[in-house]
Amino acid sequence: MSGAGLRRAVVLAAVVVACVLPFVLSNFRLFQFTQVFIYAIALLGLNILTGFNGQISLGHGAFYAVGAYTTAIMIDKWNVPYGWTIPVAGLLCLVVGFLFGIPALRLEGLYLALATFALALAIPQILKYFEHWTGGSQGIVLSKPRAPFGLTLNPDQWLYFVTLGVLLVLFVLAANLLSRRTGRAIVAIRDNPIAAQAMGVNNALYKSLTFGVSAAYTGVAGALSAVAIAFVAPDTFNVFLSITFLVGIVIGGLASISGAVFGALFIQFVPNWAQDISKAAPWAIYGIFLITFMYAMPRGIAGSLRLVLGRLARLSGGTRRVA
Amino acid sequence: MDIFVQQVVSGLATGGIYGSLALALVMIYQATDVVNYAQGEMAMFSTYLAWTLINAGLPYWVAFAATLAIAFVGGLAIERVVIRPVENAPVLTIVIVCIGLLVILNSVAGWVYSYIQKPFPSPFPEKPIRIGNVFFGAHDLGALGVTLVVLLSLYVFFRYTTLGLAMRAAAQNPVSSRLCGIRVGWMLAVGWGLAALVGAVAGMMVAPVVFLDPNMMGGILIYAFASATLGGFTSPGGAVLGGLIVGVIENLVGTYVRFIGTELKLTVALAVILVVLIVKPSGLFGRAAVHRV
Amino acid sequence: MTRRNIIALALSLGVGLALVARLAVAADMPGVTATEVKIGHTNPYSGNASAYGTIGKAIAAYFKKMNDEGGINGRKINFVTYDDGYSPPKTVEMVRRLIEQDEVAFLFNTLGTPTNSAIHKYMNQMKVPQLFVATGATKWGDPQNFPWTMGWQPTYQAEGHIYAQYVLKNVPNAKIGILYQNDDYGKDYVKGLKDGLGDAAKKLIVMEQTYETSDPTIDSQIVNLKNSGANVFYNVTIPKYAAQAIKKTAEIGWKPLHLLNNVSNSVGAVLKPAGLQNSKDIVSTFYLKDPTDPTWQNDAGYKDWLAFMKKYYPEGDLSDLGNVYGYTVAQGLVQVLKQCGNDLSRENVMKQAASIKGLSLPMLLPGVKVNTGPTDFYPIEQEQLAKFDGERWVLFGEIYDASKK
Repeated sequence: MSGAGLRRAVVLAAVVVACVLPFVLSNFRLFQFTQVFIYAIALLGLNILTGFNGQISLGHGAFYAVGAYTTAIMIDKWNVPYGWTIPVAGLLCLVVGFLFGIPALRLEGLYLALATFALALAIPQILKYFEHWTGGSQGIVLSKPRAPFGLTLNPDQWLYFVTLGVLLVLFVLAANLLSRRTGRAIVAIRDNPIAAQAMGVNNALYKSLTFGVSAAYTGVAGALSAVAIAFVAPDTFNVFLSITFLVGIVIGGLASISGAVFGALFIQFVPNWAQDISKAAPWAIYGIFLITFMYAMPRGIAGSLRLVLGRLARLSGGTRRVA
Repeated sequence: MDIFVQQVVSGLATGGIYGSLALALVMIYQATDVVNYAQGEMAMFSTYLAWTLINAGLPYWVAFAATLAIAFVGGLAIERVVIRPVENAPVLTIVIVCIGLLVILNSVAGWVYSYIQKPFPSPFPEKPIRIGNVFFGAHDLGALGVTLVVLLSLYVFFRYTTLGLAMRAAAQNPVSSRLCGIRVGWMLAVGWGLAALVGAVAGMMVAPVVFLDPNMMGGILIYAFASATLGGFTSPGGAVLGGLIVGVIENLVGTYVRFIGTELKLTVALAVILVVLIVKPSGLFGRAAVHRV
Repeated sequence: MTRRNIIALALSLGVGLALVARLAVAADMPGVTATEVKIGHTNPYSGNASAYGTIGKAIAAYFKKMNDEGGINGRKINFVTYDDGYSPPKTVEMVRRLIEQDEVAFLFNTLGTPTNSAIHKYMNQMKVPQLFVATGATKWGDPQNFPWTMGWQPTYQAEGHIYAQYVLKNVPNAKIGILYQNDDYGKDYVKGLKDGLGDAAKKLIVMEQTYETSDPTIDSQIVNLKNSGANVFYNVTIPKYAAQAIKKTAEIGWKPLHLLNNVSNSVGAVLKPAGLQNSKDIVSTFYLKDPTDPTWQNDAGYKDWLAFMKKYYPEGDLSDLGNVYGYTVAQGLVQVLKQCGNDLSRENVMKQAASIKGLSLPMLLPGVKVNTGPTDFYPIEQEQLAKFDGERWVLFGEIYDASKK
């Protein structure tokens, strides 16, 4: 089997498993996996920017917050059906991200990271300031949606499928985007901006657009999280959320689409294991997990898998030639 | 007028705190090209060690010196043991290891010393100095002085000592340095050690003001980042000056921009920094990176 | 089959039947078996708010003590506590784990306002008690709309009222400057004060300043407050900033009447670091005994608490009021469980929690009692003012009762 074929088979199998899970697992587990999907979308957004385009952002929690609040406010104030609020949240973040991407063009590496960090830092304050819209520090309480069209799914199963659906659409879109001309331009800017410019890539436009797309992904994830948690409050969107996203993409694997899923699994489940091991100092255990993971897989889970799969493919290729 | 001067003075005092930790960040960045997220927690941990020594009955300055020594060795050891295995990995991998270090140190400190804040002594007199209606905290002045002394020592160290020059060479051009016989790996470790030492000084100067607790550096680290960014990550002096500017801007915004008030003062201060960065992308005093094509 | 065997068989059958009977009773009592009752709890053990983690540990230690002493009505307490890092989504996840997976009987003393807000609706939809939540917001005492949620400590607003009355009575030309944390906790305190001042509020309050928990210092705010000419300082801050504020006001020579919120009136954790001399004449309110206040050194309740800490939670910090809080709220729950008798159904737990009458607990201030009713979901509503004399808090005046307004 060729490498690409193998990959397609694995992805297909994963999708099939994901579709069966809701009828096997408890509602609580489904809720956890719904969160994994939401994180995966957010991480993919960040990975497009940081992994593929080389712009480090420590502020994606801010876009996640903008997405979540867009949905929450539309549902709470105007009774908009939640399904409509999600694309709106994505579009709004696309615009905000694009606009933020323009001044960010002048900044590189560390300075960009710090500029985005400032965004993450300021967002809780801003949310509290516009109390009339955001409910201030009390936040906004929402209701969990039920399954429509008389489907016999409970709310958790329904949300699971909605999130899975959005995830698949966005992942396919991202895979298409990144494997074509645009994707090559995005990566070329990361690897050698000057050469890319010389080859006729409009660096400024591509970089701001990438910023916008990345923010849109994370915004959609935030919108979904508002629906799934049925509550938004400034305390959710603290600086540590942005750092958790960064942890997710590096552990999952930079510049890898599947890495977003691995990273999401990590940031969802590993802190839980850490606290099951020690209540006295859960963060100490989490930190040890983090460091150990990075030692074992300095290029993230996806990076290591790629290595292993590459070796396997070479091995099987080799044997075929012999035979 | 009094209020203006008092706000500036108080801004300089807090700015000095930001600047001292920013200095440690810049140190490590210059020596190793890594922003050390664990810097704040390392400083916090060193300060707890100092607290333990002082409570064991050591005189302040003895405990101070001992803490610096321990912090230096500790920083060195962290580089050799924790950072070394990922030395050649992508920068973001090292950043994640630093975040791992941050959460471990924070959690262990809380576990060992509890989260109850503890008073930490200041070597300077308690009574403030009063000029007219403006009060200068003796500790604030002293702490600013200490930060400047550290800055000056670093300047001398990097400019005139063999070790300092070797470190700079190792950071700027590891390959050539190795050919010249400089042990680049060890230079990185010494860089971490020195940064930990500078951080320990910052911690011991900060603790009398914000009190000693495991989370004491969280907010300060954020401001230290802002300060180092504003001043330029390649300039130690810029980092300290950046801290002072951030401290003063923040206070003046909170005091005079009425419709913003204290609720958005951090946001406004950050916006100011962003604008500065857009005009000067490498910070006020940083060198622009030169690209080789 | 020998006779002895027959007897043994009959006996075991009998025991078995009895067990089945009890299990049948327990069938509609989730989380309850013949020998244990499972109780769920969330707390920040990691992250920025990890200082509160000690409350969960103190509660767990107290339940261990109860279990060692034979449990309650023959049942041991199985206390399941999870870390939510003070993040609302994590609270939702952990609470669902507790209720849907661990199948606890009910939740107890979940900590934090935003975190409890996130599960408020869910708990009431699931009809699972959310008992004695660890937050002083006012919204937890709303049996009409949220019959499954109950508060515990005096509300921040009620405390604000007490200060308002004190100022109106004792300070003729009051000019009040306020420093508060920019969140629901701070705003509740300010609302309580303003409501208490009534129409005079606009005139009396000359300046309001806020801070964020990410701010390293609050020096700038204190300078502004002094400059506003205020002669009353209403200090609504958590311990770290309270200590800074006390120290800074002394340092810049500002000597207002200093009203310090209950959240930060620990002698050991706040006044000592700030300097006992600087803390002289501060006024605050109390409902718990401060373990670091020399007043209670020979008090029987304090001595019991000390013995408990030494035996069951030796690594706990003796100057931490959180350990007194956890100890006391756990005793409150034990009372509810005792009242429940053998019926630990969720309905009955809620019913018994809402019928506590005049309960004194050893670490509550003398005269402060726990009282609840079908329409009163605020268990502790009494507080007393105290002034710091440079060494200890000296209680004065009557005991305020928010329920008798």
